[in-house]
Amino acid sequence: MPQIGSFTLLLGLALSVYAFAAGLFAIVRNDDRLSETARRAGIAVFLAVTAASGILVYAAFSNDFSVAYILHHSNRALPGPYKFAALWSGQEGSLLFWCWLLAAYGLILRLRHKADTRLVAHASMIISAVQIFFLVLVNFAAHPFALVTGAVAADGNGLNPLLQYPEMVIHPPMLYLGYVGMTVPFCFALAALIMKYPGEKWIHITRRWTMVGWLFLTCGIFLGSYWAYRVLGWGGWWGWDPVENASLLPWLTGTAFLHSVMMQEKRGMMKVWNMWLIFSTFLLAIFGTFLTRSGVVSSVHAFAESNIGPYFVYFLALTFATCMFFYVRNRSHLESEHKLESLISRESSFLFNNVLLLVSAFAVLWGTLFPVLSEWVTGHKVTVGPPFFNKVNIPIALFLLLLTALGPLLAWRRTSTESLRKNFAIPAVIAVAVGVALVAMGYIKPWVDMSYFYSLMTIMLSVLVAATIGSEFIRGGLVIARHNDSNIFHGMYLLTRRNTRRYGGYIVHVGVIVTMIGFAGVAFYQNTEQELGFGDKMSIGPYTLVCRSYTQDDKPNYSSEWAILDIYKGGKQITTMYPEQRFYKASGQPATIVANRSTIMEDLYLVYTGKNPENGRPIIKAHLNPLVWWIWAGAHLILVGTIIALVPNMQAKRKKPSAGDGQARAPADETSESRAAVEAGGD
Amino acid sequence: MKIDRKIFHRWAAGLLLASALLLMGASGDPTGQRFDRLGHNLMCQCGCGQVLLECNHVGCSTSEEMRKEMKLAMARGDSDDAVLAGFVGKYGPTVLSAPTHTGFNRVAWIMPVVIFIAALGAVVLVVRAWKKRNPKDPTNSGGTSGGTPVEELDEFRRRAREETSL
Repeated sequence: MPQIGSFTLLLGLALSVYAFAAGLFAIVRNDDRLSETARRAGIAVFLAVTAASGILVYAAFSNDFSVAYILHHSNRALPGPYKFAALWSGQEGSLLFWCWLLAAYGLILRLRHKADTRLVAHASMIISAVQIFFLVLVNFAAHPFALVTGAVAADGNGLNPLLQYPEMVIHPPMLYLGYVGMTVPFCFALAALIMKYPGEKWIHITRRWTMVGWLFLTCGIFLGSYWAYRVLGWGGWWGWDPVENASLLPWLTGTAFLHSVMMQEKRGMMKVWNMWLIFSTFLLAIFGTFLTRSGVVSSVHAFAESNIGPYFVYFLALTFATCMFFYVRNRSHLESEHKLESLISRESSFLFNNVLLLVSAFAVLWGTLFPVLSEWVTGHKVTVGPPFFNKVNIPIALFLLLLTALGPLLAWRRTSTESLRKNFAIPAVIAVAVGVALVAMGYIKPWVDMSYFYSLMTIMLSVLVAATIGSEFIRGGLVIARHNDSNIFHGMYLLTRRNTRRYGGYIVHVGVIVTMIGFAGVAFYQNTEQELGFGDKMSIGPYTLVCRSYTQDDKPNYSSEWAILDIYKGGKQITTMYPEQRFYKASGQPATIVANRSTIMEDLYLVYTGKNPENGRPIIKAHLNPLVWWIWAGAHLILVGTIIALVPNMQAKRKKPSAGDGQARAPADETSESRAAVEAGGD
Repeated sequence: MKIDRKIFHRWAAGLLLASALLLMGASGDPTGQRFDRLGHNLMCQCGCGQVLLECNHVGCSTSEEMRKEMKLAMARGDSDDAVLAGFVGKYGPTVLSAPTHTGFNRVAWIMPVVIFIAALGAVVLVVRAWKKRNPKDPTNSGGTSGGTPVEELDEFRRRAREETSL
């Protein structure tokens, strides 16, 4: 079977080369038949790479340890879902998985070619070029079907214990769907630039595909955070690790694009900016992959150091050169139709939003690469850890929150300061009142530490955003409710259905502020550690932990020991928790299974850190982490909002004139509804 | 909904006064805060790649030892700088979780600020240049209401609100 796998990978590469070359010739010669063969070859690439991926998964399930990748990433006792997840758990397998996802995106793109045959033909050719790069990697640099030399081992080395969690089965696919997904908008944007695409259709297609990629990337980032929180056992969810940062970079530029693209669609502005944002997003997705896999920066999440780094450097250089060449050649096609008229306008709020997002992306990239730069310049390596990233990025995030609040209040073209002040007054008063109330009730003491001050500011600005978005929903909902004789909630539902992009976007913003409130809780995290014998107690915050017992177990894949702790709050037992530590036999590595009790106010997070070797008593580390629940709730809202924004708008039905209304009434209603749409929707 | 400007100003002044009064009653836990702050300025040296107070290695003796060293230095009355310098002397500069504000390390801190200021300045300059270049260009207006003054636009929006009963 491994030989068949190798053959399918070579076949996939040959088909990709054909799809690219035939696609190129078809475009140059304007040959539709040749273009169709290129399209079909592209579809066949999907079949070839699917076969290769299927064969690797089969090798994992059939315990074929003659394949080096399976030997190093699986073992006989590994549960089925993790054998499947082994596909993306190592360098070679994950690159094959990347190839498969790219082929799948290519398949969708090619099946939907009738949307615009010529544009898709160009995009298809570009995606084939990207596919060639990744297939070259898996065929010649990181071969997933490489065979072991010598005798075949009876059992494998097993999967890294940190990866043996349900979250890890879905986190990498989501992240890769995001990374790879950014290839499609890149292909469409470059295609539009190459062919000087007339009209704005390409930007609509690009925006929708970017949203799809952004949705998966967001999902992947949050799942990664959730995994770090639930699995790594350090009580946090984001460590500013280079690999985490690598996922954040394309997310930031993608977010900037999703905002600035509105200026191009609405007013024909910022075409060059948008083009380069999409190029940057793709380049950063590839650059992030390079960082993760080349060993350039050290990370606890990175793949083993390998020799594939130079391949990525050449590919990045070639891609950048291609983008620059076509930009210089065809830049006249990207001239803006309008100019910015005022600093107080929706356009300039998007522009400032873009600047902040890009500065944040720069700061993250700069901090990630500074240790390398420092070593190169001074000969000494330095650490750039959370304090640096927090200090630089928190003020930027607060500015972004302020812009998120201001954005909905600003009109396109120009807004008078008087109008802004009038619309801003009530939300601002509400936000300040909440801040004062929090301080007055003693929840936050901003004078004690800068982190408390930031928390207070985050919550106040989040309230400000919520108030402005809430007023938008209420105002629009009331108009539609009055027009349809229904209640405000139905009105808000219809409002959202009629302008999914705008109101879906607002829901995303609500998700962002809910997440930010969760982030604000970090300042109040506390923890304590204690050895616990039978009946011993430890306290943290309002909780008392009583050790009922501790025990151990042995399973085929791992042995484990855990404590049984009764949790009391206000003198009443509220639950029992079981922090556990496992020892995986195949890999010989320990792992913690965190016990977590999550409520809307706080998480009680217990880690079995080990046992006293003298008396066998467990040592328990207890964390009390306020507001973590809000982070995951916000993530759900962001995903829901993005999905809503992807759904096409529902057309508003005209109200049928009743007998009493008379014909003359209809135009008035229509006018009123149009005004309502302008007022409440208008994207 | 209209808000009287005077009432708004009184509200704002009242809220600011209340905030100031609350801020004056400041209090805190200096020792715990200091330990937490210093502990987050150091990296654990066990190889976990994490901040000292967040090391998650099972039974990590290195982080335990480092915490003890930090408590001892604090008990001795060492200043923050002296505590950190002691760790740098023992473990090397990578023990610090962020670049210092000296020598080449300054560049790490300066660059994001420079980029931020330059980017904001560039945006303001570009917008002003656009405004100067074509102050009355009818194509700037989006077509239908070329050159409409901002007050007039506000008036249109106000009327739209009134006519939709809001």
